[in-house]
Amino acid sequence: MEILYLIIPITLILVTVIIIFLWWSSRSGQYDDMEGPAWKILMDDDTPKSDEPAEKADDAAPKT
Amino acid sequence: MHALNNHLKSCPEHSVQLYVFNLSVSELITMTVNTSPCFHCGQPVKTLDQFGLKIDGEHRQMCCKGCEAVAEAIINGGMGDYYKHRTEHAESIANTLPDFIQQLRTYDLPEIQKSFVQQKEGAIREATLILEGINCAACIWLNEQCISGLKGVLSISINYSTRRARLRWDNEQIQLSDVLNAIHDIGYKAYPYDAEQQQELLEKEQKLHIRRLGLAAMLGMQVMILTVALYVGEWRGIDEGMRRFFTWLGLGLTLPVLLYSARPFFESAWRDLKQHRAGMDVPVSLGMFGAFAVSTINTISGEGPVYYESVCMFVLFLLTARYFEFIARKRALETSETLTYSQPTVATLITTIDGENSQETVPAMQLVADDLILVRPGEVIPADGIILEGNSSVDESILTGESRPIRKIVGGELIGGSVNIESSLTVKVSHAAGNSLLSHLGQLVDQAQSEKPKLVLIADRIASHFVIVVLIITSAVGFWWWQSGSENWISITLSLLVVTCPCAFSLATPTAVTAAMGKFLSTGLLVTSSTALEALAGTNHFVFDKTGTLTKGKMEIREIGLLGSTPQEEVLIIATALESFSEHPIARAFAISEEKSPAKATQVTNHTGAGVEGQINGERYYIGSPRFIKDKCGQSKELSTSSGTPVVLASEKELLALFWLDDQLKDEAKPLINSLQAAGCKVTLLSGDHNETVREIAISLGIDDYYGEMKPEDKLKKLRQFQQQGETVTMVGDGVNDAPVLAAANVSIAMTEGARLAQSSADLIMLSDHLMPIAEAKNLSQKLLSVIRQNLFWAIGYNLIALPAAALGFVPPWLAALGMSASSLVVVANSLRLSKKG
Repeated sequence: MEILYLIIPITLILVTVIIIFLWWSSRSGQYDDMEGPAWKILMDDDTPKSDEPAEKADDAAPKT
Repeated sequence: MHALNNHLKSCPEHSVQLYVFNLSVSELITMTVNTSPCFHCGQPVKTLDQFGLKIDGEHRQMCCKGCEAVAEAIINGGMGDYYKHRTEHAESIANTLPDFIQQLRTYDLPEIQKSFVQQKEGAIREATLILEGINCAACIWLNEQCISGLKGVLSISINYSTRRARLRWDNEQIQLSDVLNAIHDIGYKAYPYDAEQQQELLEKEQKLHIRRLGLAAMLGMQVMILTVALYVGEWRGIDEGMRRFFTWLGLGLTLPVLLYSARPFFESAWRDLKQHRAGMDVPVSLGMFGAFAVSTINTISGEGPVYYESVCMFVLFLLTARYFEFIARKRALETSETLTYSQPTVATLITTIDGENSQETVPAMQLVADDLILVRPGEVIPADGIILEGNSSVDESILTGESRPIRKIVGGELIGGSVNIESSLTVKVSHAAGNSLLSHLGQLVDQAQSEKPKLVLIADRIASHFVIVVLIITSAVGFWWWQSGSENWISITLSLLVVTCPCAFSLATPTAVTAAMGKFLSTGLLVTSSTALEALAGTNHFVFDKTGTLTKGKMEIREIGLLGSTPQEEVLIIATALESFSEHPIARAFAISEEKSPAKATQVTNHTGAGVEGQINGERYYIGSPRFIKDKCGQSKELSTSSGTPVVLASEKELLALFWLDDQLKDEAKPLINSLQAAGCKVTLLSGDHNETVREIAISLGIDDYYGEMKPEDKLKKLRQFQQQGETVTMVGDGVNDAPVLAAANVSIAMTEGARLAQSSADLIMLSDHLMPIAEAKNLSQKLLSVIRQNLFWAIGYNLIALPAAALGFVPPWLAALGMSASSLVVVANSLRLSKKG
């Protein structure tokens, strides 16, 4: 069981790394906006813009 | 049409009728085009073919000029994808104040920018903006596209959850007001915002919470693993060296949790002790500290049990509960802030150097008592003060609801936030702007948020008594076990201390209330007084105002009947001039033709809820309800039974005209009344309007109990009468003349568009035009009360069982920590059921 004397310190190092990562992520604002990024990826601007300009109703409306 | 065609194709048995259908397809198209709602905001289109745009080759109807302009700006900016991605319609473009754009310019003044803009290197500036009108994720996209496309904007990032934007721009290439204007063009409103105040504090607190939770969770898990090994070791035997290694490890891992994660508990307990109070953090801290101290002693001596895992679990669960509470509070704060935020006003400060006066523009917030300021006509008076020079009349409607200008002379007192109308005034400031009456609306909301419901107050008081009792019992029990020679006395005392912590009891009400407030917000109701929620649950009588509440509140002149010899144009001009002094929804119907009106009324008196009188070109005119005209001129006209609201215009000699105004019912009015009646509530309609109109509306809605031609006093009397019959009354209203009635009702609900006074005396404010949230609100508040009852029952029951068990020594410390945390978590989880969707 002496191996525990090695394994446990390794675990502790890993835990320290995880905690440091967690602190960094909270400090750098990773948790500030939990909804936005999920939407932004969907609306990524890779579709070609529709350049057709809008026309006023006066001349565009189908008169019935 | 697509769906229809598909249906026809897939249903062979209908194919026989196809040709019949085909005949009318062209008609159908016309119908669908004409009845489709506004493409931009989703409101019904009334004026056919008047507004609309061709978008991607298809004609889209719009309801008004505002929507058309916004849609045009969006499409021409190449951001038409917005319409493909959005999940909600945009907000309807309300009539923007004409001076709105002008006001935006004030944000470019360096004096004003000082309070909210950070200067970076060179001309680079940074500011935080509040965005209004964001409904769905596509709005965020649209705003980001629009702003980042402007020349001179370096970066913009919008936070979806808080609706705040961080803007970075080059001041040499673009002015802040240009950015705000661009946002305004696509149909949103943006205000710069002093992030230092609250948002930054909240964000800091959230980060701290996450870090504390993370640390406690990560280290707590390690301690738990070690503890399992120790327990198994007790049972199956463990190498002594290994055991001591584990206990030392536990000590090392628990120390950061105690020092960092548990700090808020120790701080709050210390604060309580200093003020000679016993809050619930006192036994919590004593328990944690005690358990840790005993474990440390046992670790050093190498004998006896350790309780590190109990400490860690305790901290972790308590922190989790507090975090949820914090999130609910943050949401509520952000929303109310957006609502109450108003533009910073500027003031012209008069400074005297060497006997020479000079003027300087400063932010109103910087004014202090005894400053001299100049207020030009049309300007908002920036702070409370006394007139030193000049005479003028002042509009104080923002504070009093009285729209008639009030005459002010030298020595007269002015209220900050009112508007100077006629001529320039030199004013000595009497209070710093922060203390002015203007900030009172914001204060009202703040006050409501800090105000605790009765139930919470009682729970707090009981909890603090309970803590003292627990401390006494614990010392007595501890002493008894110690003198009887038991070696377990420490662990029994600790268990008792931890297990009886009244956390669950103290959390029972506040968690439920915050969760419910969050839920209310998501349905479109802002709760300004949490006390009202109790009363709302017990409401058995709903009283509605008609105009602007059940109806859309947008009056339109449907018919003009001339009664005298005066031609129609002149009649309209007189009516418009008079009604421009009233804020009543009826008056707005006349506002449309205001621009053309050359007439100016003087000596105007506004009879709230009845009508207006005033002088035009030397002749006295009256406009208002037929009863008002009868009272004033002694003449009346037999009215034919017709739907709508009659408004009569008369001079002193004769009746001039009869206007029939129409106001449409809101779509959700009928379902709302039906669902309230189905829930067994009485519904009453009180209106200042013509009896016939009220009757007609009441019948179409299925309301049996209705009263027309009610003056504010009458409404109040009626309300008191209901209350004397032992009924709990919820009043839903809008408008100036409802304010006293709203204040007198057990619960009051006001519409956002109503006059501000009505809002400030209301317990709940409707954020949208939808009415159904009112019915939901009643259900929700009933659910809230039952959740609170369940919580209290659970917390009391748990303590009643746990206390004797722990005193008798049946509960080891780890079980005590588990029991305590579990009971708190049960309470929090039960409360969070309220914020669940659906």
